[in-house]
Amino acid sequence: MVEVIQLLINGILLGSILALGAVGATMIFGVLRFAHFAHGDFMAVGAYFALSVVTVFNLPVLAALPVAMAATAGLAVAIDQLVYRRIRRVQPVILLISSFATALVLRSLIQMIWGSSNQVYQTGIQLPWRIGPFTLKPDHLLIFLAATGLVITVHLFLTRTRLGKAMRAMSDNMNLALITGIPADRVIMATWAIGGALAAAAGVFLGMDTRLHPVMGWTLLLPIFAATILGGIGRPYGAIFGGLVIGCAMELSTLIIPGSYKPAVAFAIMVATLVFRPQGIIKGTV
Amino acid sequence: MSLLDAQGLYAGYGGVDILRNTHLRLGADEIVVIVGPNGAGKSTAMKAVFGLVPIREGRVHYQGEDITNRPPERMVTRGIAYVPQEANVFPSLSVLENLELGAYALRGDHRPRLEKVFEIFPRLKERRNQQAGVMSGGERQMVAMGRALMVEPRLLMLDEPTAGLSPRLIDETFERIREVNQLGIGVLMVEQNARQALAIADRGYVLATGENRYEDTGPALLANPEVAEMFLGG
Repeated sequence: MVEVIQLLINGILLGSILALGAVGATMIFGVLRFAHFAHGDFMAVGAYFALSVVTVFNLPVLAALPVAMAATAGLAVAIDQLVYRRIRRVQPVILLISSFATALVLRSLIQMIWGSSNQVYQTGIQLPWRIGPFTLKPDHLLIFLAATGLVITVHLFLTRTRLGKAMRAMSDNMNLALITGIPADRVIMATWAIGGALAAAAGVFLGMDTRLHPVMGWTLLLPIFAATILGGIGRPYGAIFGGLVIGCAMELSTLIIPGSYKPAVAFAIMVATLVFRPQGIIKGTV
Repeated sequence: MSLLDAQGLYAGYGGVDILRNTHLRLGADEIVVIVGPNGAGKSTAMKAVFGLVPIREGRVHYQGEDITNRPPERMVTRGIAYVPQEANVFPSLSVLENLELGAYALRGDHRPRLEKVFEIFPRLKERRNQQAGVMSGGERQMVAMGRALMVEPRLLMLDEPTAGLSPRLIDETFERIREVNQLGIGVLMVEQNARQALAIADRGYVLATGENRYEDTGPALLANPEVAEMFLGG
C-alpha cells in the first residue's frame, strides 16, 4: 500500500509534467489540425535555455523558468513563421512531416550548442523530506505547485480573455471563426507562444526532476500524445486529465513490469483509447 | 443607392462556375429571399457576396463601395454579417461567449450590443451560460443569429435559417427575422420554406442553375403560376 501511494506521488509529478506538454500539443492540434512532432524538442530546448541562464547568471532554476518560457515561446512563433506558415494551406500530413524535421533540427542544434552529454541544473544531493513512510523531494513540491499555477493561468486565459475565447472558438469551428472575423493569424501566433512556453516549463521541470539530455523531450513525446488522445484531442482540460492518468499509470506499472516498459504503458493506453473511445474519455467539451 | 448590388457574378469552386451571370440587389430596409431548386447556387451566391467563394467575374458593391472578393473579416467590420446554414455556433462555448465573439472584430464596449440581442432573443439571456452545443436546433439558430447581430450589421445574410426546425419554430424564426428587419437591418436569405419566406419578403429572386430566372415582389412571385409550378411544389 505504501508503495502504491509513493508511486502515485511520483505519478502525479510525472503527470503534471506531461500535462504541461499535452496542453500545448492539444491546443496546437485544435487550432492548426496537425500533430506537432517537435513538441518534445521544444521541451528540451526550454530546459537548455534555463540551463544557460542558471550557469551564466548563477541563478536558481525557478528564476530561470520565465526566461526559458519566454525564449521558447519566441522560438516557437519564429519556427511557425519560418516553416509552418508557408505550408499551412497544403495537406496537414505535410505539416506533420515538417514538424518531424523541425524536431531533428532542434535536437541537433541542442547537441551542437550544449553538447550531447547529460547535464544537471544543480549538483549535489537534495535531501528528501520524510513524511511518515513516504519521501518527497522539495523540488517535487515546487514542480507540482508551479505546474498547477501554470495550468490555472492557462485556464484563466482560455475562459476570461478575448484572445483565449477566440482560440477556443477557432479550435471549435474554424470556418465560423473566419466568418465571425476572428483574426486567425494572431490566434495562431498566440497558440504557438503558449504551446512553446508550456513545453519549456515541462522541460525545465523534467530537468529538475532528472537530468538534461538532448533526447529528453523526444522520449516524452509518446506519453504526451497519449495524454492528448486520452483526454480527447484538441481539448486542453482533457489533456491535463490525460497527463495525470498517463503519469500515474506509467509509475504504477512498475509494480508489475520492469520500469523500462513505462513508455510502452503510455503507448498501450493510447492504442486502447484509439480503438475503444477515439473521441477521448471526457464527455463533451469544456 | 442600394445597400447591396451584385452584378454579373460568375463564381464557383475549382474553376467550375456555379453562379453564371447572377445578380442580386437589396435596398437598405428590405427583406430579400432567394429561392430555387437544389443546386441552383443559392448558398453559393451568398457565400460569394461574403467573400467565401471566389468571384471570377462580376462585381459586388455594398453602399457604393466595391467589396468583391474581400476577406470575411473586412465584411464584418463594414457591417455585413453572415449566418451559415450548418455548424453556425461554437458548440463548446457558452451562449454568452458565442455572442461576445460575434463582436470580436469590433472595438468598444460590447454590453449595449449584448443587451440589444437579449431584447430580441430573451431566451438567450436566460440560457446565457449554457453550452451552445447542447441546445436545441431552434435555440442554436437564435444563438447563430444573435452572434451575427453582435456586429450591429446593416446587412444580415441568413442561409436557410429555418432548416430542420419544427413548424412552430419556423413561424417564430420568420417573426424574429421581421423584427430584426424593422430595426433597419437589410436581410438577404436563402430559404427552402419558400412560401412562408416570400410571404414576409419585400422581394424575391428565383435562381436556377446559377442564373436568375424570376425576380419580383414576394406576393407577385407567390402568385406567379410558373414559379409556383416550378419551385413551390404546385
